[in-house]
Amino acid sequence: MITWIIIIVVIALIAIIYMTQFNGLVKMRTYVEESWSQIDVQLKRRNDLIPNLINTTKGYAKYEQETLARVVGLRNQMTEIPAGDRQKTMEVSNQLSGSLKSLFAVAENYPDLKANTQFTQLMEELSNTENKIAYSRQLYNSSVANLNMKIQSFPSNIVAGIHHFKQSDYLQVPEEEKETPKVNFDDDFKGFDK
Amino acid sequence: MLFQQIAQNKRKTIYVLIGFILFVSLIGAAIGYFYGTWLGGLIVAVVIALVYTLIMVSQSTNVVMTMNHAREVTDANEAPELFHVVEDMALVARVPMPKVYIIDDPSPNAFATGNDPQHSAVAATSGLLEMMNREELEGVIGHEISHVRNYDIRISTIALALTSTISILVNFGMRGLWWGGGNRNRKEGSSAIDLIFMVLSILSIILAPIVATIIQLALSRNREYLADASSVELTRNPHGLISALQKLDSSQPMKNVDSASAALYISDPKKKKRTSHLFDTHPATADRIERLEKM
Repeated sequence: MITWIIIIVVIALIAIIYMTQFNGLVKMRTYVEESWSQIDVQLKRRNDLIPNLINTTKGYAKYEQETLARVVGLRNQMTEIPAGDRQKTMEVSNQLSGSLKSLFAVAENYPDLKANTQFTQLMEELSNTENKIAYSRQLYNSSVANLNMKIQSFPSNIVAGIHHFKQSDYLQVPEEEKETPKVNFDDDFKGFDK
Repeated sequence: MLFQQIAQNKRKTIYVLIGFILFVSLIGAAIGYFYGTWLGGLIVAVVIALVYTLIMVSQSTNVVMTMNHAREVTDANEAPELFHVVEDMALVARVPMPKVYIIDDPSPNAFATGNDPQHSAVAATSGLLEMMNREELEGVIGHEISHVRNYDIRISTIALALTSTISILVNFGMRGLWWGGGNRNRKEGSSAIDLIFMVLSILSIILAPIVATIIQLALSRNREYLADASSVELTRNPHGLISALQKLDSSQPMKNVDSASAALYISDPKKKKRTSHLFDTHPATADRIERLEKM
């Protein structure tokens, strides 16, 4: 009788541990996917904003056609990347962030453009999306770190093996962002102290 | 370092809260002693504390925002930078978007309140938005969102409620002392132990409000360090918060600030300079910056 009770208790315990480990893995995998979809939303939003930006700056920045063309080229390249290729998407996205940054730096030479309210609004919108891309990438990478740790550590590694949970790859962070993390177009104009 | 500090601060907060609850019970028992039943006093005190806390917790956002003359911002275009930074910080801290409030005051400051991350609010002064660049604003808002994520907003509301409970109890107790309470049926010429109890009760009733304030303030100081550390965890950029703290420290005091909520703000809104630090609501800015630089 007692032996049976002990066996049942042990089985129940194992089942509970198994369940919590499995649910934990599912939750972490969901976190990774969720943070990717957040990045995706912002990338799409930025792609929608760029035509407005081009229209607004075109009249002013006659001499910066090269920069504008580069932004448009990279934007179109973004739309052509197949949906599943996260590394490639982020690689092109990082280049686009860089050329947008130089476009805003160039705008410094055009006082009329800086005074244009539509332009300043676009600038806030774009730095907002750039920041959100950077922050959701940070969230993505920390979610991936948690998932990968869970897949490797005991006892969740057994559950992960049975249900074929796969480790995810980190997204590349551009070199200059490792130093000062977030994009800040506004500051080029505001200066440090207002 | 970061995670150690967070774990350590969380532990301390729990100890202090337990201490606070024991303290309320003790005061209740001391007062009850004068009314003839220490157990009755203890039970009444704990019940009052619970009811008061529940009321405060369920109403905190409305009450606190009205007390501080804050108006809600519902449209992102009204204060785009603030709104977007709150969105960013909520995103990376994985909490729902809090309500956003603005207080019209030229002195830079900010606070967070609410019951839990699902019902939270962040308020910033118009001075803060004027004075800070985006990095600094991120540091400040990161600090406030950390208060939300770490459930500090609930703890500070509870601490506020318990301090208020103690002041109610002490009022009651003082009356008991004055009139000698209902405890006249005690045997005359009772033992020395009775006398000791009596003196201890009187002492604890008199000292209670002071001790309660000190505990509340110590709790709030610890939470400031923790929120600073968590803010850097969110922004990955200690420089923004360091430079924001320097600006906050060198600014003017706020015009009309509610003194009960002073402990909620990121930086002491009254800018009081005291020789003793026992009654400070906030740790010295120099200490906070020093800790941030070590991370």
